[in-house]
Amino acid sequence: MVAHAEIRVVHRGGSKINFREPVITNDSRFLLCASGESVKVYSSSSEECVHDLQGHTDLVSGIARNPSNHLQVYSCSADGTVRLWDFTDGILIKTFIIGYPIYSIYVSEKHGGVVFVVVPMANDKSSELFQLVAVHLPRSGDQEVEARELSAVLCDVSPSPGAASFGREGEYVAAAKGLQLEVFFFKKQKPYRFFLKPGIKKGSKNAFTCVSCHPKEDCIATGHADGKIRLWRNFNQKKEYTYSTLHWHHGAVNTLQFTPEGTNLLSGGIESVLVQWRYTQENQKDFLPRLGAAITHIAVSPDGSLFCTSHSDNKITIIQSCVKVSAIIQGLVKSEGVRTDLMIDPRSKALVLNGKPGHLQFYSLHRDKQLYNLDIVQQEYINEEGLDQFEVVKAAFDAHGDWLATVEERRQKGSELEINLKLWAYDEQTQSFVLNTTVTAPHEDQITAMCFSPSPETTMLVTISFDGHFKAWLLADHSDTKEGASWSCDFVGGYHLLKPGCCCFSADGSLLAVGFQEVVTVWSPSSWELLTTLSQPPGAIRDLCFGRLSCSKYLLGTSTKNQLCCWNILTCSLEWSTPMDVSLLQADPLSENIAAFCSQSGCSDLFVFKPGEPRPLYSQRALCTGKVQHAIFAPRDQMLESCEEHAQWLNRSQLYFLTQHMDLMTFSTKTEEDRLLASSKRLMVDNSVAVTPFYLLLGKHRLQQQQQQQEALTNPMAERIQLPQGSIAIKELLYTPAHVLPSASFLCSMFVRSLLISSSSAREEKEPVEEEMESEEEDSEGEAELRDARQDLEGSAAWGPGEELGTPALTKAQERELRRVKHFDHSWLSSLLEC
Amino acid sequence: MASFKPTKIPIYPKLGEKVTPDTLYWKNYKAPVQIKEFGAVTSIDFSPLAPHNYAVTASTRIHIYGPFSQEPVKTFTRFKDTAYSGKFRSDGQLLVAGCEDSVVRLFDVSGKVALRVFKGHTKGVHVTDFTSDCYHILTGSDDYTCRLWDIPNSTELTSYKEHTDYIRCGTTSKLNRDIFITGSYDHTLRVFDARVEKSVMTMDHSQPVESVLLYPSEGLLVSSGGRYVKVWDLLKGGQPLVSLKNHHKTVTCLGLSSNGQRLLSASLDRHVKIYNTTNYKVVHNFDYAASILSLALAPDDESIVVGMTNGVLSIKHRKSPEEKQEVAGKQRVRPVYRVFVKGRNYVPKKDDFFVSKPVKSHLAKYDKQLKRFNISKALDTALELWRKNRKPDITVAVMKELDRRGTLKNALAGRDEQNLSQLLNFLIGNVVDPRFTPVLVTATEMILDIYQAVVGQSSVVDRQLVRLQELVEREIDYQQDLLEVLGMLDTLFATSLPRKEVPCPGSSRPNGLAEGGLGAPGPQLQAA
Repeated sequence: MVAHAEIRVVHRGGSKINFREPVITNDSRFLLCASGESVKVYSSSSEECVHDLQGHTDLVSGIARNPSNHLQVYSCSADGTVRLWDFTDGILIKTFIIGYPIYSIYVSEKHGGVVFVVVPMANDKSSELFQLVAVHLPRSGDQEVEARELSAVLCDVSPSPGAASFGREGEYVAAAKGLQLEVFFFKKQKPYRFFLKPGIKKGSKNAFTCVSCHPKEDCIATGHADGKIRLWRNFNQKKEYTYSTLHWHHGAVNTLQFTPEGTNLLSGGIESVLVQWRYTQENQKDFLPRLGAAITHIAVSPDGSLFCTSHSDNKITIIQSCVKVSAIIQGLVKSEGVRTDLMIDPRSKALVLNGKPGHLQFYSLHRDKQLYNLDIVQQEYINEEGLDQFEVVKAAFDAHGDWLATVEERRQKGSELEINLKLWAYDEQTQSFVLNTTVTAPHEDQITAMCFSPSPETTMLVTISFDGHFKAWLLADHSDTKEGASWSCDFVGGYHLLKPGCCCFSADGSLLAVGFQEVVTVWSPSSWELLTTLSQPPGAIRDLCFGRLSCSKYLLGTSTKNQLCCWNILTCSLEWSTPMDVSLLQADPLSENIAAFCSQSGCSDLFVFKPGEPRPLYSQRALCTGKVQHAIFAPRDQMLESCEEHAQWLNRSQLYFLTQHMDLMTFSTKTEEDRLLASSKRLMVDNSVAVTPFYLLLGKHRLQQQQQQQEALTNPMAERIQLPQGSIAIKELLYTPAHVLPSASFLCSMFVRSLLISSSSAREEKEPVEEEMESEEEDSEGEAELRDARQDLEGSAAWGPGEELGTPALTKAQERELRRVKHFDHSWLSSLLEC
Repeated sequence: MASFKPTKIPIYPKLGEKVTPDTLYWKNYKAPVQIKEFGAVTSIDFSPLAPHNYAVTASTRIHIYGPFSQEPVKTFTRFKDTAYSGKFRSDGQLLVAGCEDSVVRLFDVSGKVALRVFKGHTKGVHVTDFTSDCYHILTGSDDYTCRLWDIPNSTELTSYKEHTDYIRCGTTSKLNRDIFITGSYDHTLRVFDARVEKSVMTMDHSQPVESVLLYPSEGLLVSSGGRYVKVWDLLKGGQPLVSLKNHHKTVTCLGLSSNGQRLLSASLDRHVKIYNTTNYKVVHNFDYAASILSLALAPDDESIVVGMTNGVLSIKHRKSPEEKQEVAGKQRVRPVYRVFVKGRNYVPKKDDFFVSKPVKSHLAKYDKQLKRFNISKALDTALELWRKNRKPDITVAVMKELDRRGTLKNALAGRDEQNLSQLLNFLIGNVVDPRFTPVLVTATEMILDIYQAVVGQSSVVDRQLVRLQELVEREIDYQQDLLEVLGMLDTLFATSLPRKEVPCPGSSRPNGLAEGGLGAPGPQLQAA
């Protein structure tokens, strides 16, 4: 095995942001949410990610505001640490080492210097029992502190952060698990337990799902799996407690939250409707329906002006307290499976995959941000469990991004499979795709694959299905009718009633390869003739892929019996084959390279090779655990110029892949990282100096000057060209004693000019302008001695060329005036300096 | 927050013809005016002069109609027997007609009595025409001869006896006074030159020729006979150009639309077909009530006149552009228009502050009910819509939406007799429609499941259930027959394909979408 230290597998974007409840800062300007191993800070108005707080080494499991400092937050993680951050600057202030994996964190204003965390009872990760413990954070100046002062508060609690809540003034804490609600009073140091009977009809639907305590009164609201909300009162005794029931949700209540003043109670569940109950007038409700996906968490800002809801489709919605959506932060939607596979939109270069139910999402890889959702199904989504929904299962772009084909299907118990094939045309004006043709029931069974012909002459789509046929769809231009162009079936093909599994067009679109179980059939799309059949039993063909550019004569196929075969299409014979369990074959559209992901003993290996060459270009074992099922080559904006041999395959495009756990990973080379590092370093330097108006005036000039001085040592010419004209002038201005300076009105215009930064174009124009000025000067009489004086000045202070640098944009009259001012000013000044 | 997405009403592909410029052009005629004649209308000829009157030859009369009159402006009745082929001269002053009694009569259009009578033929004369110099008359007769007559002297100039059967059609050249063409039941077309003793060109149509037509350029000749329309290239010595077989009975008459771009053929099969003369494809089709014997188009296609065997003359006038505008104008001046534009045409002033109001999307009633999850009411509304306009698309789409939401069963349940019978009525009307079968079969099954306990309590519902069962059984038989036919056709196609290359059995099927899908729902219903 070859070790390639310069190529690393890195996590690239698309992390979960709905894992835990987000936190809104005191001033409602920022929103913090746990995202994988980091905490992301979003601006609540612009939806942009402001900071990425990195430091944890495992999943971040909770965030809480520091009650004593409104600019700080605590975060806890499964790596056993609680960290304190300054989120405005993105700085890690302190790390408290707890030593146990933490599942959630709570703070209470009354308990200063204490955080409450949920940790497993036994010190191993497999433990099913959790306890709520209070951690006294030691006051010490060190960056890393071990907090060993733990005291258990409640045993046997649920690890979910919504299942515990601190009550009025932090006097008690309520925690729910299963059918039991436990309230612990800190003063009495005594827990009370309340039990519910399991529902008689519906089994254990009565179970608690979430708890929220009223901030001003002694009232606990609990949500239940059957959709009911109970408001508990009078619970400081065992017997005479009461509860009232509210019922609107038909699914489980996922989350509950009181507003800071306690006037409203917010609840959300799978219905994706935010319900706002008036406290004490519970029959008055406000609804915010159709939020898109099931609500998993609700957070309220400390001043009560903003709510935000996390949704199961990796989205955070920011809602104003007048129940109006103001912003949406959307992450990469990860549904249960990427059924459409990964694609790159040829126009926007965005990653395309199925996102929300019935939608395709366009995700910008460079900005790590979702661009937009394309509604494919165009039906009202009913948020209900156990409902069979239409799902986008296949999608394909044509070579230029003018056409998008999608397949949606809905399988209902006891009835036929419903399939729709839709073809979308790109509309230049609206910059999005517009539905052109809908084909209901294009095939009698599931469509397994489809692809567009890359040939520029015809616009053709091929779909293959388990019903044993493949169909070619052509764009028919009905210019004689009113309807315009639409798609229709051109050819239906099959091969001995075998089920086709995959298809692939050659790079020029002149050949179509369709894999029918063990046989690869090669067709000519122009005449629909079966040209040849290739077969390499045993094992059905799993994946097919034509070589590109210089390797376009090769056809690669993988079979279920762990065989990677390469056929030569010119001779119609097997070129080579190798035993390999290839789970995915992906061709780079910009080069000859082909990436093959192999699964071996629970891990995935990657091989990058050219079909015509015997040795792989690059190989990496144990890329990640589990099978890699989805990968895509994304073309780079600008070609990398990497000289290492092993990294050259990454020059033109970047390989992204999705792991089993739906993490989007990519490969990065050393040069790329160096470039990133350099840019971040420069930012660091910039940030190290406080930004004051004075710095703005002088600091940059000084920096530039330093650089130029260094350059000047090696290259005097460079100095002449790049010397900023302002710095010397300012220096003289500042260092000259005040009593010898001319009046301010004289100096002002010069000073302002000197601050102007000359553009590069101005620099190029400098030479002719200078000549022009020289000639003018010669014409004007009586300036000879002045010029001498000026030259003296140049000799002494070396500012001659710089003076003219800023001027070329001026009119001649202005130039002349300026020159006069300069001559007047500095002839005497230089003499002073000489003295 | 996304807005409610209304129920999608699928657009089904319209069966029948596509909308092309041709169909739009030829559909732009008013409803036909029908005039009953005394016998079969054998010939229609338009006057070349301005009001474009037309002569209609039927039985023993020739009627001349004005362009918009329903009563004849003139009638010639001086025929002893059936008249044939009333034709105007190119100046519109004279009219010639043959007769079954072998006499050819020449009339002044303004007079009543025949100006000249040409005798010489021994049998009925079916063909008469003027030559382009206006001084001669061409006639063709059942005595196998065609003759040229001089009008001033009323003498026979020449007689050609080359055909061996009845001469039933003929035409003179409009460019050369000596050239004329005749077609006969001996299957031949002959081109004669009056300066030569014999025919100069003979073409074999291989069917009795019923009609001939010269293109305005006279380079092409069209003949019809039997079920065929054939086009001949005269400049290439009578070489056949195309043979069209679009009718299933004898083609009796031909016509050219005035710009020469379209060819019309009328047939005993009651159709008039219109061909594009560049590719000879049928671009439009007219249906008539009876077999058509004669057809004529007014100059500029202002009207189409068709004569039929039952003596009915059908005249279609083109819609004038004012009328079209009138129709459009009527639609625009609806009383609600003013309400819609209220405040819309206000031009904001310079320092007006603009407050935009969110556009409220209009939802149909059933959508509003679906939005509020009132499923039974939504279904009721959809059924009501069907009762009003008899269009099942919306109702089926609502049912489909309910099925998708998993609440169709709830919506169908709990109905009384009247409601249920309405629902069953709808199912009986639409369950066998292949577009709606998948959804409606599910609904039918659910209804049978829900209401099986109450079967026998209402005679109305029972009767409808029996009807439904019969309908489904008939449909199953029908589908089985169709499948058998499909199997037979597949066998035929398979044998007709070349033996060596049968890569895929599926490719021979004309349409892979429609096969077999309809047979499935039947058995399920029976089981239910």
